[in-house]
Amino acid sequence: MDDPRTPALPAAAAPALSGATTPHDAASVLDAALLVLERDLTLALRRRGQLVQPLAFFAIVTTLFPLAISPELARLREVAAGVLWVAALLASLLALEFLFRDDAYDGTLEQYALSGQPLTGLMFAKTAAHWLLTGLPLALMAPLAALSLGAPPGSVPGIVASVAVGTVALSLIGSIGAALTLGIRRSGVLLALLTLPLALPVLIFGARASELAIHGESYLAPLELLAALAVLGITLAPLASAAAVRISLE
Amino acid sequence: MNWAWFHRLASPPHIYRLAQQLTPWFAWPAAALILTALYGGLVLAPPDYQQGDGFRIIYMHAPAAWMSLMVYTTMAVAAAVALIWRMKVAHAVAASCAPIGASFTFAALVTGSLWGEPMWGTWWEWDPRLTSELILLFLYLGYMGLRGAIDDPQRADRTSAVLAVVGIVNVPIIHYSVTWWNSLHQAPSVMRLGKPQLSMPMLWPLLLMLLGFTLFFVAVLLVRLRGEILVRERSASWIREVVGT
Amino acid sequence: MKEFLDMGGYAAFLWPSYAVTLGVAILNVVWARRSLARATASARRRLAAGGADS
Repeated sequence: MDDPRTPALPAAAAPALSGATTPHDAASVLDAALLVLERDLTLALRRRGQLVQPLAFFAIVTTLFPLAISPELARLREVAAGVLWVAALLASLLALEFLFRDDAYDGTLEQYALSGQPLTGLMFAKTAAHWLLTGLPLALMAPLAALSLGAPPGSVPGIVASVAVGTVALSLIGSIGAALTLGIRRSGVLLALLTLPLALPVLIFGARASELAIHGESYLAPLELLAALAVLGITLAPLASAAAVRISLE
Repeated sequence: MNWAWFHRLASPPHIYRLAQQLTPWFAWPAAALILTALYGGLVLAPPDYQQGDGFRIIYMHAPAAWMSLMVYTTMAVAAAVALIWRMKVAHAVAASCAPIGASFTFAALVTGSLWGEPMWGTWWEWDPRLTSELILLFLYLGYMGLRGAIDDPQRADRTSAVLAVVGIVNVPIIHYSVTWWNSLHQAPSVMRLGKPQLSMPMLWPLLLMLLGFTLFFVAVLLVRLRGEILVRERSASWIREVVGT
Repeated sequence: MKEFLDMGGYAAFLWPSYAVTLGVAILNVVWARRSLARATASARRRLAAGGADS
C-alpha cells in the first residue's frame, strides 16, 4: 500500500470487487466499474508528466505541417482537417501504451479477472478513463491547433464535437490493440500496425466532419456516422479486449 | 446432444489424414480449371469493345481480389470456431490462411495497378476497391505480425484469433467508409475502372478461373494445415505413424 | 503468334499481371510444401531425440 502506484482502494471496494460474496447484480457491476474508473483517474493525475505527453505530441505534429508545407493560412486551411485528425490519431495511439501496461505488470489486471465481476465492464471503465485523460483534452486542444492552421472561429464547435466523438471510437479500438499486445516486449510498432487499419473509418468520417465545419457547412451527417462507430465500439470493443486480456493471463 | 462424433471428426489425427487424402482431389481439378480458363480468357474470349485486349487482366485481378477476401473470411470463421469451441485444428486452419491471403492481396494490388496504368493513365489511383485491398493487406500484415511476436504457440493462436474476428467485423465498415470517402472526392474527368460488360464467351473463363482458384486455395490450405497440425501436436504418439521414422 | 503476344498493345501490362498472379500461386505451392516439410522434419527429430513425450 506504500507503493504510490497502487493507492488503497476505498473501503467500498472490498465488497464490490470480491464478487464471491456478492454475485454480480447490476448495482455491484456499476460500482466496480466506477471504482476502476476512479482508481485510473487518481493514478493518472499523480503522474501529470505522462498525461501531458500525448497533448504535447499533438501540438508538435500540428506545428510540423506549416513548417513543412507553407506558412500561408489559405493553403493550410485546405489541409487543416486532415492534419488535425492524423495528429489526433497518432497522439491517441501514443497514449495507448499506458492503458494496460502498468496494470499488467503489477498484477492488477489479474485481480480484475479473478474478481468475479464481468471483465468486460471493467475494461469499459478503463477505456472510459483513457478517453477522459486523452480524448477529451485532445478535443479541447484541437480548436487551438485548427485556428493556428487558418480555420475560422466559427468552426470551433464542429471541431470539438467531431474530435470528442471520434476519440471515443479511437480509445475503444485502441483498447483492443493494447489488450492484444499485452506481454509483448517493444510492442509500439506492432500496436500501430494493428490499430491504424481498424481506425481508418474514424479518420475518414472525423476528417470530413472537421472539414465541413471549417468550410462553414453542416457537419451533422459525418458526425452521426462517427457517433454510430462510437456506439458500435462501446458495445463490441470491451468484449474483445476482455477476451484478449483473459488470454494474456492464461 | 452427443458431440462425440464431432470431436472424433475434428481430432487432429483424423483431420491430418483427411487433408492428406483430399489434397489431390482439389489440386488437380484446380490445375485443370485454371489452365482451361487461361485458354478461354486469352484466346477464345473476344476483345472488349472499350478496353480492347487490356480487359483480359480481369482474369488475374478478379481471382486475386476474390482470394484476398475469401481467405480472410475463412480465417476469421476458423478463428471464431476455434475460440468458441476451443478447437486446436481450427486454430491451425486460421494460421494456414494468413500467408496465402496476404500473398494474393499483394497480387490483387499489383494487377490492379497494372490495369490502372492503361485505363487511368496512372499507376496508382485512390480507387475505393484498390484502397480497400491495400487496407486488407495491412490487416493481414498486422495479423501475421501479432502471431509472430508471441512466442507461446497457444497464446499466439488465441490472441491472433481475437484479432481476426475483430478484423472481419471491421472489413465491411472499412469498405463502406472508403467508398463513401471516394464518392466525395471523385474527379469526374478520371475514367473509372468500370466492370467491362462481360458477354458469355468472356464470362465463362472468369467463372472457371474463380472456381479454379478457390479449389487451389483449398489444396494449398490442406498442405499447410498438415504442417500446422504437426507443430501443434508435439507430444502425440500418432505423429510417429504419419511421419514414418 | 506475335500478334497474340502483343495483345493489342497491352502486352506490357497484361503479361506482368499474369506473371505476378500465377507466380504468387506457384510460390504458394512451394511455400506450403516447404512449411510441411519443415514441420515433418522437426517432428521426426523430436521423435528420434526423446520419444513422443518430449
